[in-house]
Amino acid sequence: MAKFTVRPGVVLDGFTIGECVHRGGMATLWSVTRPDIAFPLLMKIPRVSEGEDPAAIVSFEMEQMILPRLSDVHVPRCFAAGDFARQAYVVIERIPGKTLYHRLGDLPLPYEEARDIALKIATALCELHRQNVIHHDIKPSSILFRPSGEAVLIDFGLSHHNQLPDLLQEEFRVPYGTAPYMAPERLLGVRDDPRSDLFSLGVLLYFFTTGVRPFGESDTMAGMRRRLWRDPYPPRQLRKDYPPWLQEIVLRCLEIDPVWRYPTASQLAFELAHPDQIKLTARAERIKRDPLTTVWRRRFNGNMTPPRGKSAVAAQLAASPIVAVALDLTEESVELNEALRITVERILKTLPAARLACLNVLKLGRVTIDRTLDEEGNNKHVDRLVTLKHWASPLKLDEGRLTAHVLEAVDPAGEILEFAEANHVDHIVIGARQSSLARKLLGSTSAKVAAEAPCTVTVVRPPRRAPMHGAVEKPQNEPDDRTLPSAQAG
Amino acid sequence: MDPADRIGAEAIVLLALFADIHANRQAFTACLDFARARGAQRFICLGDYVGYGADPEWAVETVMGLVEQGAIAVRGNHDNAIGASAESMNAEAQAAIEWTRGRLSAPERRFLSELPLTREEDDRLYVHSEASQPERWRYVRSTADAGRSLLATHAHVTFCGHIHQPALYSISVTGKMTNFVPTSGVAVQLLQGRRWLAVLGSVGQPRDGDPAACFALFDTDSREITYCRVPYDVEGAARRIRENGLPPWLAERLIVGR
Repeated sequence: MAKFTVRPGVVLDGFTIGECVHRGGMATLWSVTRPDIAFPLLMKIPRVSEGEDPAAIVSFEMEQMILPRLSDVHVPRCFAAGDFARQAYVVIERIPGKTLYHRLGDLPLPYEEARDIALKIATALCELHRQNVIHHDIKPSSILFRPSGEAVLIDFGLSHHNQLPDLLQEEFRVPYGTAPYMAPERLLGVRDDPRSDLFSLGVLLYFFTTGVRPFGESDTMAGMRRRLWRDPYPPRQLRKDYPPWLQEIVLRCLEIDPVWRYPTASQLAFELAHPDQIKLTARAERIKRDPLTTVWRRRFNGNMTPPRGKSAVAAQLAASPIVAVALDLTEESVELNEALRITVERILKTLPAARLACLNVLKLGRVTIDRTLDEEGNNKHVDRLVTLKHWASPLKLDEGRLTAHVLEAVDPAGEILEFAEANHVDHIVIGARQSSLARKLLGSTSAKVAAEAPCTVTVVRPPRRAPMHGAVEKPQNEPDDRTLPSAQAG
Repeated sequence: MDPADRIGAEAIVLLALFADIHANRQAFTACLDFARARGAQRFICLGDYVGYGADPEWAVETVMGLVEQGAIAVRGNHDNAIGASAESMNAEAQAAIEWTRGRLSAPERRFLSELPLTREEDDRLYVHSEASQPERWRYVRSTADAGRSLLATHAHVTFCGHIHQPALYSISVTGKMTNFVPTSGVAVQLLQGRRWLAVLGSVGQPRDGDPAACFALFDTDSREITYCRVPYDVEGAARRIRENGLPPWLAERLIVGR
């Protein structure tokens, strides 16, 4: 078949080509239309002529394999792909607006705005990693935002899909990517660790809040390798008012060894969503870089955890869930709360990277208007936080793995579900009462949560007792605790 | 598109490929059922129908029946050893071959000995071991082995078996290789811009630690390959091996998939 010439007005597989909107090093982007698709589309065409970078072809092949498999608000929808036999292209949804690259002139951004941006990106990464994909090129120019606010990640040419062949694995001797944002383990050839994306997001957050790139702009191998042993200047050294919680997050993302970073994007998103609950470590206080002795030790003794065998992205995510336990703090729940703690303890014991969010819902009257907390309401709030932490203390969790939340709602089940949705909770543990009378009166919070949750729910009941002679209560048929599978697909 | 919807169209699109059946009736039956349920329209048998397992007559008859209905079959080293010498094999394999030889009828033995070593169809090559020297029964153990096979053919995809461990290799136009251990049930598009070597796992004697039978589906339209794992009555197949006095290790390894 004759080679196809791309120019405005030409029709390719039903798509009418419009103007060229971007000419990059690897590909050109054209606006295209198809009568049956109402919204704007882009056709991405790789540069593959003689003398072009061979990376352009391989990157395009990766994108061609990965894009059609992704389905999520955080990636552009893919409509068609054509291969090299005729004219290689992919057609994707055109996301309106500009990439974060256009914000570079505004740096440094206010901390709160940067936190919001990072939270949106972490949320997008969380969804991407759940689809077995590591982006590997997180940087301002690969991030856009939908009008509804969600971050959209573009450019999957360097990505790794854990269930597809990695065409980049042996293609280049030098790791391919954007030097200032590249995680140190990438320089050692590791391509299957989702925490590499968290490092890149840490670079972006550092840059956006200080106006300085933590590892400079060097793109020589020697310059890039420095990040294997040299830590960046703590942001507080650059900006005196830098919030300790923000430095805690940034420096944890920028840990040289991935095992010291957040275990998952969803755990990072959780921290960004609850800055007041972040456990501050020595990282938060640091005002100087590591002493040279530490740097030398890293450089000459090797500091990284030795590379593991091939990692399964899905297994790594599954081992680091966010578990939420919903507690009723009234007196009659003492026994139930004990049973809940035993169940939670079992879950956490098998998953050392899991984190626990303890929830309590402060029930508001349906008709009360005085939502603003008075002195008494405030105390109630604090009291409950204290009680939640007290409940959790026998679990002996490192504070970085534990948070407590008092939610306020008319509908407790709805509030718990909303919390789970917004915070990417993987597993809800909730108690249910034994007494059928109380269950009738107090409603079925646990039943509603179990039925509607987007994740696994474990319903825990207090230990069963033999009914007293002549008791009105019927023996329970249900087991003391049971694990319900996900009630609805993600 | 559902494969069943396309049967009306002339071209056969969904292939089911089986390698290293090794006289395992329980495993091959389970794979055939699975493939038919998925709408497979054509069967490709990549050799080693006999050896190790206890139902060689059934296996050969089944393959002969499939070939009569249009299936493609090539010869494996165990099939070859029935009509030749099995001296290059290990003791257990040799014992199984000697036993098998006595079980097969003359027409069954002739069927095996007359099978071709390779077959080509469109831009696909079918071979038991690898493409560079099929008669030497070399294993594809590494990217280098895969490269030797890929350079010996122009086929877009070469399908082989022999090593009993699934793998998928590719070579780019610039000669760069990739290797990959496929995830069962996840379709991989074999892109046109490079050439591929799909090494199938074994139907009748998996050795990658997963005792489930392994075969592959290939959609010639979308060029997607899906490695499938099918649980089957392993105990039943192992029992048949013991009942027939074959070396006990041949039964044990089925259970552990090694």
